[in-house]
Amino acid sequence: MSDTERRKLSRRSFIKATGTGLAGGGLLGALGAAPAQADRDSAAEDRGRLPLLEFEVNGRRRRLRVRPEWTLAEILRGELELTGTKLCCNRGQCGSCTVLLDDRAVYSCHMLALDAAGRRVTTVEGLSSGEELHPLQRSFLEHDGLQCGFCTPGQLMAARALLLERPDPTPEEFRRGLSGVLCRCSAYRKILDSTRAAAK
Amino acid sequence: MADRKIIRARHFVEEALSESLAEVPVRANLPADSEGSGVLGRPLPRLDAREKIAGVARYTFDLRYPRMLHARILRSPYPHARVLSIDSARAEALPGVLAVIHHFNAPEIPWYEDSLLFDPHLRYAGDEVACLAAETEQQAGEALALIRVQYQELAFEIDPLRAAVEGSPVYHAHGRLSGGRVSRYRRGDPEAGFAAAELVVEGEFRTQVAVHNPEEPHCSVARWVGERLLVDDSTQAVYGVRECLAEALGLPESRVEVRSPYMGGGFGSKLEAGKHTVMAALLAGRTGRPVRIALDRREQNLCVGNRPDSVQQLKIGAGRDGVLTALSAVTHGSAGAYSASASCCWPLMTLYACENVEAAQHSVHTNAGRARPFRAPGHVQGTFALESLLDELAERLELDPLDLRIRNHAERDQVYRIPYTSKKLLEAYELGAERFGWRRLHRPAGSDTGALVRGVGLASQIWWGGGGPPAGATLKLNGDGSLRIQAGTQDLGTGTRTILAQTAAEVLELPLERIGVELGDTTSGPYCPLSGGSMTAPSVAPAVLDAARQLRSALLEAGSAIFERPEGDLSYGLGAVHLKEDPARCRTIGELLGELRENTLVRTGLRAANPEGRIVQSFGVQFAEVEVDTLTGRVRVLRIVAAHDIGRILNRRLLENQFEGGIMQGISYALHEERVMDEHTGRVLNPNLLDYSMATTFDLPEIEVLTVPHEDLEANSLGLKGCGEPPIIPTAAAVANAFYNATGLRIRSLPLSPDRVLHALSEG
Repeated sequence: MSDTERRKLSRRSFIKATGTGLAGGGLLGALGAAPAQADRDSAAEDRGRLPLLEFEVNGRRRRLRVRPEWTLAEILRGELELTGTKLCCNRGQCGSCTVLLDDRAVYSCHMLALDAAGRRVTTVEGLSSGEELHPLQRSFLEHDGLQCGFCTPGQLMAARALLLERPDPTPEEFRRGLSGVLCRCSAYRKILDSTRAAAK
Repeated sequence: MADRKIIRARHFVEEALSESLAEVPVRANLPADSEGSGVLGRPLPRLDAREKIAGVARYTFDLRYPRMLHARILRSPYPHARVLSIDSARAEALPGVLAVIHHFNAPEIPWYEDSLLFDPHLRYAGDEVACLAAETEQQAGEALALIRVQYQELAFEIDPLRAAVEGSPVYHAHGRLSGGRVSRYRRGDPEAGFAAAELVVEGEFRTQVAVHNPEEPHCSVARWVGERLLVDDSTQAVYGVRECLAEALGLPESRVEVRSPYMGGGFGSKLEAGKHTVMAALLAGRTGRPVRIALDRREQNLCVGNRPDSVQQLKIGAGRDGVLTALSAVTHGSAGAYSASASCCWPLMTLYACENVEAAQHSVHTNAGRARPFRAPGHVQGTFALESLLDELAERLELDPLDLRIRNHAERDQVYRIPYTSKKLLEAYELGAERFGWRRLHRPAGSDTGALVRGVGLASQIWWGGGGPPAGATLKLNGDGSLRIQAGTQDLGTGTRTILAQTAAEVLELPLERIGVELGDTTSGPYCPLSGGSMTAPSVAPAVLDAARQLRSALLEAGSAIFERPEGDLSYGLGAVHLKEDPARCRTIGELLGELRENTLVRTGLRAANPEGRIVQSFGVQFAEVEVDTLTGRVRVLRIVAAHDIGRILNRRLLENQFEGGIMQGISYALHEERVMDEHTGRVLNPNLLDYSMATTFDLPEIEVLTVPHEDLEANSLGLKGCGEPPIIPTAAAVANAFYNATGLRIRSLPLSPDRVLHALSEG
């Protein structure tokens, strides 16, 4: 599918998803993303004309106007200030930006934000509930499944997707499930150990 | 203070001997009899894991300031060219663009010896031409395409052998070689050594260019607050960046502050201040707004360093008994477009005992991205060649490769002719060989038949890792029994925060959760060296130990005054001073500080001097077992046993992680990684993470990390040696030797990628 086709598609699904009861103004204010917003807005662009994206992020309904070319990673990090999701290559080659889209792992840098319309997105911030770490996160803490930590959110989300799909993976499935996120510190042993321990 | 003095301190920073003045304690604070809560050495969770795992740790890359602009750099498309003119009018007219700087409108800031920050003479495809700031990253990217540059293309050369000889382009005043000359080393009488040899083996070994590619992009945010320049930077050296920025911008250092609290990896590529950081500072000055600059992955692969390639002509002479009589090497490597070392002969010069050694090392300027130190610079390449050829020698002599190495064990440093503070390599050999089953598994090369063949190999390692002064740490003890540690060092993911907290906790017997560690900030932490060369732990942890012992003494002194008893009658434990005869009579830290009328007790600890006339070196050996698929050319590493002498262990789990990571990087280098350049256009063909292939979970072998239990208290007050580089040094060599043992085929170049392996197998 070409980018244009994808954009059209997601636009349609957006219209479908948001056709009922648009509250009108005050949408942007609800996002609590003032600094980034101010930066983007200072280009004097009329955001009201941009397509509205409605989706769920970390259990919360979100509605915001986005430029059609923005990626999911860009709006997560920029508009929503969820900077736990990292960008390392920004072209779908390293997996640092991995998030869950309806419980499946996707590279958020490689997906248009509008394609998430009506979908459920979970980022690393959504894994824990408040101060309480998710058991998978606790396992990464206990087994030291990280070094510099920059790819860690991606590793966690890939591991989460793997365990959601296969609660008791085979050794080969562990490797395959985690192979999509590069760790340059190469803490792979401990990342695998952490995930394996969480599966038990 | 009388208990401190200024000395001339010497230690190794990567491969260079560094000399500077340093303030050091006159005598080390000796441990008290009862000192030691037993927290040091324990495999405790890393202190900053929680915020990293929760996704709330803010890296430089994540920072946003109000009114922040985004900068991007226009880079040379040509490997060698001259900028004739730059027209940025259309870019500047684009909505959102606030400033464009380039050679014709920016201050002339010297950079890399004889070049400029914006030099009209472009020496590689990727060299900086212009930099601009815009409201959004997208606008900045679009504006770059509107800058019109007139280039005059020049002849170029990317091959280090061709670039070293007459006729190749010269574009530095100092000539074709970095440093202007061949780096030569000679001891004894190599000619006589070879003449006396009963057997001489020689060969040409080649290694590839490898790129650091840390996860967090090189990134800086520069802001002017009044007269002060505040810079957030993803760096391995906050103080180094401050010094460089101050010099480049003509500011006193007191007006520049650099912060790097969390950083997403560097491996050597972030040891120095980047041109991009200075550009961000200039643009922040022009626009009066914060400017963020983050290099993209392509720029990461072109412009911020690499492990240089090598072509090594090696020769070894030995007696029938295997005793080395002479070693010689002539090496060439790509320094790239600006000065950098591509030397790789330290292992040859120091790993084994040999009286007669010579080396001629050429760090050649090529029209490619400049090299930078990359985890164990030179040693990885040099160890691959040396250990491969030693294996060839062992086979010719019908000696077990392990016995050959034991036979040539060096009892003292071979270059400086002085004793080591400690060397437990023989113990490491024994430990590793036993665990690996070396004597049982090592068979004649090519013993297996069939499509899948297996073999084993080993390689040794030497590295510095002693660290040294100057390095300091400030400890602030609060009345509530909490402690804050501040040091101008960085935690690159190695666990620095954690081991510093453990060190203080050991002495002050405080629970770890009461200890906060503030790193990577020139406003608060005393000076510490850059985080490279395995220097951080052995430099900074002893400074923390020094401060913690001072605090402990101060608490005892206060207790002595309160109880009106000599200190000998008192003991310190678990955050309180007790009367020995009646431990129920005690004063807590809070009570002591209350009596002192001080809310905080502050002490700054310093790293003591290194011992005179001795050298600190780390040692190790790795054993590898590989499986080669002779039909596909795929090499799989099945098992690595690493046995190292790195002194005292501060945290076993962090150490294991560090070793496993280094070994995996070594495997990645041995099997996958290679920067590929097109010799017709002088451009890099794979500047991305798909075509620049790296190891993943699929490559993970069984890894066992063993350490020789001992404390090197002559090296420093904690008895430890740094362990950042040792893990990666012998891995590729051990894998290559195991490949030979499996196939009976010696491939003298890396990486052992399927195409190279299949080609070699078909040639027989």
